[in-house]
Amino acid sequence: MKKTYKIEVDCANCANLMEAETKKISGVANAVVNFMTQKMTVEFADGEDEKAVMKSVRKACKRVEPDCEIEL
Amino acid sequence: MNRKQKKMLARILITAAMLVALSLIPLRGWLRLTLYLLVYLLIGYDILRKAGRGILNRRMFDENFLMALATVGAFALAIYDRSGDYNEAIAVMLFYQIGELFQSYAVGKSRSSITALMDIRPNYANIERAGALVRVEPDTVAVGSVIVVQPGEKVPLDGVVSEGCSSLNTSALTGESLPRDVRPGDEIISGCINLSGLLKVRTTKEFGASTVSKILELVENSSSRKSRPEDFISRFARIYTPAVCYCALALALLPPLVRLLLGLPAGWEDWIYRALTFLVISCPCALVISIPLSFFAGLGCASREGILIKGSNYLEALAQTKYLVFDKTGTLTQGEFAVRGVHHSAIPEEKLLEYAALAECASSHPISRSIQTAYGKTPERSRVTEIEEQSGHGVTARVDGVAVAAGNGKLMQKLGVDYVECHSAGTVVHVAVDGTYAGHILISDSIKPDAKAAVSALKAEGVTRTVMLTGDRKRTADEVAAALDIDTVYSELLPADKVERVEELLAEKPPRARLAFVGDGINDAPVLTRADIGIAMGAMGADAAIEAADVVLMDDDPMQIPKAIRISRKCLRIVYENIGFSLVIKFACLVLGALGLANMWLAIFADVGVMVLAVLNAIRALRCRAPRRS
Repeated sequence: MKKTYKIEVDCANCANLMEAETKKISGVANAVVNFMTQKMTVEFADGEDEKAVMKSVRKACKRVEPDCEIEL
Repeated sequence: MNRKQKKMLARILITAAMLVALSLIPLRGWLRLTLYLLVYLLIGYDILRKAGRGILNRRMFDENFLMALATVGAFALAIYDRSGDYNEAIAVMLFYQIGELFQSYAVGKSRSSITALMDIRPNYANIERAGALVRVEPDTVAVGSVIVVQPGEKVPLDGVVSEGCSSLNTSALTGESLPRDVRPGDEIISGCINLSGLLKVRTTKEFGASTVSKILELVENSSSRKSRPEDFISRFARIYTPAVCYCALALALLPPLVRLLLGLPAGWEDWIYRALTFLVISCPCALVISIPLSFFAGLGCASREGILIKGSNYLEALAQTKYLVFDKTGTLTQGEFAVRGVHHSAIPEEKLLEYAALAECASSHPISRSIQTAYGKTPERSRVTEIEEQSGHGVTARVDGVAVAAGNGKLMQKLGVDYVECHSAGTVVHVAVDGTYAGHILISDSIKPDAKAAVSALKAEGVTRTVMLTGDRKRTADEVAAALDIDTVYSELLPADKVERVEELLAEKPPRARLAFVGDGINDAPVLTRADIGIAMGAMGADAAIEAADVVLMDDDPMQIPKAIRISRKCLRIVYENIGFSLVIKFACLVLGALGLANMWLAIFADVGVMVLAVLNAIRALRCRAPRRS
């Protein structure tokens, strides 16, 4: 299942880092962060609880870029 | 400007004002240090915090780390050699923040200008309930409902007009500024703007499946497919930042140690200063921000022109297009049969057409329909008797009691009528009236008005070879190709043969050249996927084409093809300009810094200045002009 979230991030490199971090989270099959449209598309693995996964995604992203925001 | 940016601007202004004030007040010792330190923290606290977090998370070596290290180092040096010159550290931080602010402002501006142009998402649909109009969410409207579109409103869902006449502005979808007229029975596509009259529309698709949703999805996902320069930059940044940090460390440590060994004074301060300057120059922001921004601007500019490109990798490939393969029908030609002329007519042409139209009135074959269209009136069936379909030959009938035969040469032979062969390409309908030859009607597909201009514009854009593939007869194909100056023609092909021909061309083209295939998306999906770049034309409403193609032209105007190549080439040129320009300046300044010829002021100007110029250059990709029609 795929879902798109609105994000707020200021620098292009941070967006790349967020993408790399999100891909590492368990339960995430694939992730694309689009800096220009400020959107994050997360593809969840089968049977995962998206809310729980997104919580850890957000935590991981906050670690690489404290200024970022993901609207869940 | 958003809240964050305003706060940043305030911090920058206060810092600048305080720097001026402090330079006017003569202060010494601890008081001076404390005040300067306060200003430094005011402008740089967030950078220091981010750098600190980076270290804690084992993720150092980003630009925050570079800036924090350089400015803290400069501050420490100023304390160490008691020069009291704290300006440098603060100025570096100040200019860095100005650069960041400018960058975030410029990116935000171009983002909003593109999204505003692409703002085709309808917010509501009007439904009539108990005589009153109710606004509902477009995605709650079921297929087959009747929606009302008032003048000035966006059409929210695809459908068929059931009542009302109006003209539609399709420019947001096609880039075409000429309004399109619609009448009851016409198909209508979501995203258009209703200009003049009230329309009632019976929807044929759900919101999620309608054109506007498809397009938005395509545009929003487009920048997630990365091109080679983008990949290069993200890989580059990953290696580059640690590399320059180690270089700076080496610059700070090695020369003084060597000098110590040679018995010279070490000159630690000098070399550490050089290393810090080196760090400031090295910041990779200009590249990291300007490359994706250029691509985004290029994609945005193309979508505004009705050219949807599915990713920056295709934008890149489009710029390298050298071989262009066209499908004939529907791409270079209208794809509709029409009467081109009446030849060797023994009776008035209108009379001949009338006879033919009446004789053919029972047929729904495209050929007979084009004769009906040319006749222009509804045939009165009562005038026609004894209609006999001669399979594979034509038709014979009595019109107003006169025997009329309309069909090919074989029919004429069968009836024993002498006929004249036609010299033009196309389908010929011979007509015999009362057993004598009355002339023939030439029917063919016509070339699109801009097709020739498009082919020559493509050659001007660097396309070296144009090829046309068609299932049509050789004579027709050759004539079209000659009229359009197309280099190579392959005719009488089955759909599978087209794939084969494209594969042959792919094998023979030079390795760096790309091959693009342009088709109307109907039954050429395999070729669209096989070519380096598949371009589908006139895709308004054709889902299959949107799926299969890499580039979708909303309009079926062939001039859109050179326009797409032009936009992509301009965008790529800007990308390479930015890469070249920033790398050259960076490396030149790095060398100057290492040699001790650049101070920190030059360093920060090199960093911020290059970034500002690169961003301004990237924004240029947003503006696109139509190619010259030669």
